[in-house]
Amino acid sequence: MLRLQKLIKTYKTGDQALKAIDLEVPAGQVLALIGPSGAGKSTMIRCINRLVEPTSGSILLDGTDLAKLGATQLRKARRSMGMIFQEYALVERLTVMENVLSGRLGYVGFWRSFLRRYPQSDVDEAFRLLDRVGLLHMADKRADELSGGQRQRVGICRALIQNPKLLLVDEPTASLDPKTSRQIMRLITELCQERGLAAIINIHDVALAQMFVPRIVGLRFGEIVFDGPPTALTADKLTEIYGEEDWEATITPDDTDEDIEAAE
Amino acid sequence: MPVVEQGSSRIWHRRTRNESLIRWFGWLLGVAVFVVCWQRISESTTWFFVWDAPRIANDIWTRATPPRWEYITQLGRPIWDTLNIATLGTMISLVLAVPVAFLAARNTTPSKLFIRPIALLVIVSTRSINSLIWALLLIAIIGPGVFAGVIAIAIRSIGFCAKLLYEAIEEIDHAQVEAITATGASRWQVMAYGIVPQILPAFAGIAVFRWDINIRESTVLGLVGAGGIGLQLSSSLNVLAWPQVSLILLVILAAVVISEWVSAKVRGAII
Repeated sequence: MLRLQKLIKTYKTGDQALKAIDLEVPAGQVLALIGPSGAGKSTMIRCINRLVEPTSGSILLDGTDLAKLGATQLRKARRSMGMIFQEYALVERLTVMENVLSGRLGYVGFWRSFLRRYPQSDVDEAFRLLDRVGLLHMADKRADELSGGQRQRVGICRALIQNPKLLLVDEPTASLDPKTSRQIMRLITELCQERGLAAIINIHDVALAQMFVPRIVGLRFGEIVFDGPPTALTADKLTEIYGEEDWEATITPDDTDEDIEAAE
Repeated sequence: MPVVEQGSSRIWHRRTRNESLIRWFGWLLGVAVFVVCWQRISESTTWFFVWDAPRIANDIWTRATPPRWEYITQLGRPIWDTLNIATLGTMISLVLAVPVAFLAARNTTPSKLFIRPIALLVIVSTRSINSLIWALLLIAIIGPGVFAGVIAIAIRSIGFCAKLLYEAIEEIDHAQVEAITATGASRWQVMAYGIVPQILPAFAGIAVFRWDINIRESTVLGLVGAGGIGLQLSSSLNVLAWPQVSLILLVILAAVVISEWVSAKVRGAII
């Protein structure tokens, strides 16, 4: 469904963030992107919906090359790619409901969105989604009153109400505590399964990625150095991605956390 | 950070010997300049007037008190004009300042090379000329009266409001803008959802703050004939009607105190 071909991004400073990335993501597949800071994970995700302009290469989403689209076409294409951010990136001074509905901006005209007169079907869907993530009672609260985990759930709703084919998820758990991180990862992967969505999830936490995601891609210095199932991610492979370190504790299945969670 | 080794101990001073010397001479020079200036001013002062000042002040004080309270019936209209000049002027300036601010802010300007310098020029030029001077110019162009005062206040305030607003725009959280862009929103929608909610508190604060300043500025506009209570003040001064002057000053004081109170309340409510 999504295919990156020879995707290159060189920043003005001369840093080559992505070196000819080739990657294929079939429909409905959830994929975790791991790698050290500065490996190009964020750049890659942002190149796909062109928040960052790729230098060259093509991004094929269902056959259309996103890299070649004009401004209007790009807006249309962005509707089918939901994005979830590390620091949630909710509009802090708007309510939860307004934040969720802002996911429909690509479908609604300026004045309707400005006057908050969204179609009833959008409002129904927003309520359904908020109910699904357990925040129905928060719909009228301002976004800055919510806790981190709650904000990220709103961020997920905003991405899903776009009715996307693909989720681009940038460090969804980096600002959350371990328990909430697990809940959010579980929610994202469950929702992807329910709706048959493909997702690319940038993630720092290797153990978390192994726990929830069937395919892991390792990035180092803008190149893919690993692509396989979580079980294939050995200490050697981690050394290749991140550099020399004692990896044994990281890749041991981490049951203790689950027990603590169950006990609570 | 000079360190002097003295036997086994290392003694630390904040400055080296040379730095201390330079600083000492700096202070010496400063004091010398101050003394010279003092002397020059003292030479060109007619000391008789200075020694006489308390007596004159006392004289004016006795003439000005008590204020002529019954004059207040003629002050209602001028103070109302003054408030209107400040309020209308502020509103007009805000309408004009918003687009200027968006054109001047680095992250929203359509062109950093051409449009941004023009917007900055508008900001600097309107800010650098006092509203009294704007009023003098405008009276020559559109004649004396309240309208000239309103326009003078409006033009004077554009730069102030636009400068503070564009700084607020430059400080917004870019992630929120990115998130709205990623939904496929149009440029105007990104502005309405990603930028406007973030700068709204700053905008309200600036508006009230400038209104507060403008009330004080518009009280003097009448001195040059641009309407408001300053007109009464200047005519009372011209006929040496000191009890009227003192009453006008009291009315201005009351208006300023009330406006301070209102703006403090509004700013408190927003933040």
